[in-house]
Amino acid sequence: MAEAQNIPAGSTTAGSIAVAAESTVATRMSAPPSFDVADFPVPHGREEEWRFTPLARLRGLHDGTAVASGEGVKVEVEAPEGVTVETVGRDDERLGKAGTPVDRVAAQAYSSFEKAAVVTVAKEAVLTEPIRISVHGQGGVAFGHQVIELGAFAEAVVVIDHTGDAVLAANVDYVLGDGAKLTVVSVQDWDEKAVHVAQHNALVGRDASFKSVVVTFGGDVVRIHPRVQYAAPGGEAELFGLYFTDAGQHQEHRLLVDHNTPHCKSNVAYKGALQGQDAHAVWIGDVLIQAAAEGTDTYELNRNLVLTDGARVDSVPNLEIETGEIAGAGHASATGRFDDEQLFYLMARGIPESEARRLVVRGFFAELVQQIGLPDVQERLLAKIEAELEASV
Amino acid sequence: MATLEIHDLHVSVEAENGPREILKGVDLTIKQGETHAVMGPNGSGKSTLAYSLAGHPKYTVTGGTVTLDGEDVLEMSVDERARAGVFLAMQYPVEVPGVSVSNFLRTSATAVRGEAPKLRTWVKEVKSAMEQLQMDPAFAERNVNEGFSGGEKKRHEILQLELLKPKIAILDETDSGLDVDALRIVSEGVNRVRETGEVGTLLITHYTRILRYIKPDFVHVFANGRIAESGGAELADQLENEGYDKYVKGGASA
Repeated sequence: MAEAQNIPAGSTTAGSIAVAAESTVATRMSAPPSFDVADFPVPHGREEEWRFTPLARLRGLHDGTAVASGEGVKVEVEAPEGVTVETVGRDDERLGKAGTPVDRVAAQAYSSFEKAAVVTVAKEAVLTEPIRISVHGQGGVAFGHQVIELGAFAEAVVVIDHTGDAVLAANVDYVLGDGAKLTVVSVQDWDEKAVHVAQHNALVGRDASFKSVVVTFGGDVVRIHPRVQYAAPGGEAELFGLYFTDAGQHQEHRLLVDHNTPHCKSNVAYKGALQGQDAHAVWIGDVLIQAAAEGTDTYELNRNLVLTDGARVDSVPNLEIETGEIAGAGHASATGRFDDEQLFYLMARGIPESEARRLVVRGFFAELVQQIGLPDVQERLLAKIEAELEASV
Repeated sequence: MATLEIHDLHVSVEAENGPREILKGVDLTIKQGETHAVMGPNGSGKSTLAYSLAGHPKYTVTGGTVTLDGEDVLEMSVDERARAGVFLAMQYPVEVPGVSVSNFLRTSATAVRGEAPKLRTWVKEVKSAMEQLQMDPAFAERNVNEGFSGGEKKRHEILQLELLKPKIAILDETDSGLDVDALRIVSEGVNRVRETGEVGTLLITHYTRILRYIKPDFVHVFANGRIAESGGAELADQLENEGYDKYVKGGASA
């Protein structure tokens, strides 16, 4: 089920399917999950979970030297009726329920934030308008925590926009009650110097549906760690991602879907385009199917399109299966170069080079963008992709 | 009247041990309304001629001239050549994932015509061209060449020929890999374009079979990187009976 093709120089694609073997996901962690930063040693860069990340560019988020400044980020929440928005202190019992920090930066964020935002959608409330959260960097260092909790059978769309310049480490919890439906779009549209490291924890209730769309365009270093666990059977998770990595940018997406409960589904699809010298994209896709998770149905995919020389992709899908009683499991990863033959074919039909490139890149992302299911977000993404391409041609 | 003039064309490709000359002085003039068949054995350089005229970056022109109505074709980029009226129907058209046939056709018609075709007439135009080539309307929503059978690829190439209405159409082994029915349908498409009298056709083929459907005015035998002999349609009959042996062994080096 693994495939790898068209791998240009400067890319790695390594995939593995382990059956009832020792968990590589567990062994690649330097320390067990913890809310306390003191439980994690300062990484030196050779640890499995840090080996792709340029630690020197994290501006001290990993070693305790980054200290929150007054003007870190400004968070604004715009919510329709039926939604409660609160700012709470560290001791609020709703914090940290969806997952525990798994690396030092996430634990640093949990140990350092002062106030958290808790957004609650009442039981059975079906929102017709999205909840919009704006996280605007004002040039400082910040540690954040956000909780988005949906009561049973509630339905909501949340769009989180990251803009401006900041050094930000954050944890975001998504808690879905039974039968709830949550779509979260997290857009990393940072200015070029920003550093953003975040862990997203989703806890999916019985028969609930979680859809995460992670979109990364900006920043110097962006490292997002979306994680999904199921609280009860019947849950579904779709994790979509789209990134456009430019010269010098490091964009890393590390996913974990932990099938710890029977009869749950997951579908992961991330696509990225890269252009320019030292553009570096990293994609780690870990899917665990634990012994108890009978009837699991899962698929994960990562595709990369390398538009110019000098860019690098590391793509590592990893599927661990501890039970044979599953509905389906598979993974795919491929990294391809922008194809000169495609360019020739389109140009031989009169289409100018810049437009031909646009067609191909738009085509590459089109299917994934359509799956997002939010027309205004889709249009914005396509416009952003166009703008990225304009900048390059 | 549009005229493509190829004079003393020399073309090389980069090979492992340096550049290798494939075209060794090709002379050929194609006028609007004429059909020229270029026939030759495998490896004679027929396809190199086709791709060089379209401007494929793999081929380096080392000498000679190509003009279209006096304009220097070799100076033009690939897309400029297409907009000037040179069309290459490819033997192995590539897949373009995520780009639908309808989007592709419209983008390319817009580029070649210099303005976007009016939507209403365009839809009719595409529909009727597809019907004539016996293509299912659902075809328009598929991605360009993705999962197409050999026959579908060739029909799609000829569909573009019909819609883009070039001055010079180069058909590179359009007959290869087609069964008799598909060959007939594709040939009829080419003939519809020829009957307008507005296209000069360069038909590159290994076999004489397609010439039963598309009658050439001139037949050229291509061997060892140049035209070894030219004649009328009767030359094709001679090739059918005698094969390329005499050109491969002695004639080509003369």
